[in-house]
Amino acid sequence: MGRAVAIIGVGQTHHGRRMDVSYPDLVREAVLRVFEDTGLSPKDIDGVVSGTMPSMMEGIALTHFYFSEAMQAVGKPILKTETCGSTGVSIAHTAYYWVASGLADLVLAVGHEKMNEGNSQATMTTVVEPFYQRYFIAGAPGVFSMQSQMWTARYGIPEDKIRDAAAFISVTHHDSAFDNPYAHVKIKVTAEDVKTARVITYPIRLLDVCPNSDGVCAVIFASDKMAKKLGRKAAWVKGVGYRGEEYFFGDSDKVVWESAIQAARQAYDQAGIKNPRKELDVAEVYNPFTYQEMLFYECFGFCDFGTSPDLVLKGTFSRKGALPCDPSGGVLCTNPIGATGLIRVAEAAMQVTGKAGDHQVPGAKLALAHAMGGVDQFNGIMILGSKL
Amino acid sequence: MSKEYRTMKTEIHLPYELAYGATWTRFFEGLKEMKIFGTRCKKCERVLVPARSFCPRCFVDTDQWVEVKQEGTLVAWCYTNYRYFGMPTEPPFIGALIRLDGTDVNLLHLIGGFDLGDFANAVKIVKNGMKLKAVWSEDRKGHIMDIRYFKPL
Repeated sequence: MGRAVAIIGVGQTHHGRRMDVSYPDLVREAVLRVFEDTGLSPKDIDGVVSGTMPSMMEGIALTHFYFSEAMQAVGKPILKTETCGSTGVSIAHTAYYWVASGLADLVLAVGHEKMNEGNSQATMTTVVEPFYQRYFIAGAPGVFSMQSQMWTARYGIPEDKIRDAAAFISVTHHDSAFDNPYAHVKIKVTAEDVKTARVITYPIRLLDVCPNSDGVCAVIFASDKMAKKLGRKAAWVKGVGYRGEEYFFGDSDKVVWESAIQAARQAYDQAGIKNPRKELDVAEVYNPFTYQEMLFYECFGFCDFGTSPDLVLKGTFSRKGALPCDPSGGVLCTNPIGATGLIRVAEAAMQVTGKAGDHQVPGAKLALAHAMGGVDQFNGIMILGSKL
Repeated sequence: MSKEYRTMKTEIHLPYELAYGATWTRFFEGLKEMKIFGTRCKKCERVLVPARSFCPRCFVDTDQWVEVKQEGTLVAWCYTNYRYFGMPTEPPFIGALIRLDGTDVNLLHLIGGFDLGDFANAVKIVKNGMKLKAVWSEDRKGHIMDIRYFKPL
């Protein structure tokens, strides 16, 4: 695994509809906060990694050049990592590889998106080629709904049960968002509201779906030597996993979903995790859609295939359950896509260092962060622990 | 965040000319003649549709052409009734994964041929595992929409 690497600080913007600031100023808001959190200054940083969803989201290409001052990357090596929805986790992986390689001691990772400046579904549709598939995908909701439909049909999960479980997830995450100062959507919803909300792409309804958010997340990765020298509480990278599958949506099974299963397995093997539900204390699962969150629980081995709705309804994945998932309110309440995966990593780091404030899972020592990208094509995982 | 600052409205229009290459050209020429072509991988023996120039798993050329059946089975579907800028297909529509008989991957297309305006009725008709058959456009251009949709049998 190379040298030991730690996350020593995080900074997030107040996510939401942020038409009050220009895009570079929004980036700077998160970067200032990570320097404030760590007590470091830009001159300490050896290299910068940044990323976004397709640059078309905001209509400006190569945003890592646009934000070079806001990230204080001038005069330093800079990399851009772009893997659609999993961009944030890929940025974290890139920063991790850089430090683990021994070629840098301190790397700044920045994920950003300003979705309210563009048209998110029109942008996402361009991820799909126009020869065969673009006409049928219907943006992100179409893809994920088809996958959810296939999953519930395969395991014969009754419509009433899946609706109840989806509503449970939506209600609890919306409640959790009130405990996260940086979350975007802060509304009180009831199970009845979720179940009767407008259909977007059947079976998915409005309150099963994430918002369009503007937001930036910045994280500093440090070498073992540097983390010890700085003497700060650190979240240690225990394992990373990333897997892709074929481009054509119909080429691989999206229920027993190999990229998700294998990415988790790779990270668990590195971290020495045998029973994730028992050993993990908290998970920040990428959950832009309630149904998909449940499928991830199954792919990550938190429970058997077809059983997640039962466990959700028992509270297994709630804040006080056996394995709390998305105590931040998750992607369902905040989704600035290029930042979203890195927010999962930042939240996991905050949990294992005891800095998650009102949504802290008491005593959390081992956390999973995850993001998914493309037309159900890529999955990335990072496991963080409180001990080296 | 109470104060509103200025915003700029801007657009980008870019023309593209995308190359089909030999394999995809032949596939789309087939659609003009109401034929659906796949290619078989000589290593894993899977029939891939639409036709590919190489097997994505075995990484070998797939030059054995197969005209596949126009009937198949519904694997997954999603009723779409929202709209976004530049949406290429007019909602409401039902996107679907269809396993054409004798093939080894799912084809992404539409199901139709019944009233899609009535959501409750449409949902009653559509069931995973149901048999479907391609319905062709009269005016075929060598485009994926030469197949209008797959209708329930």
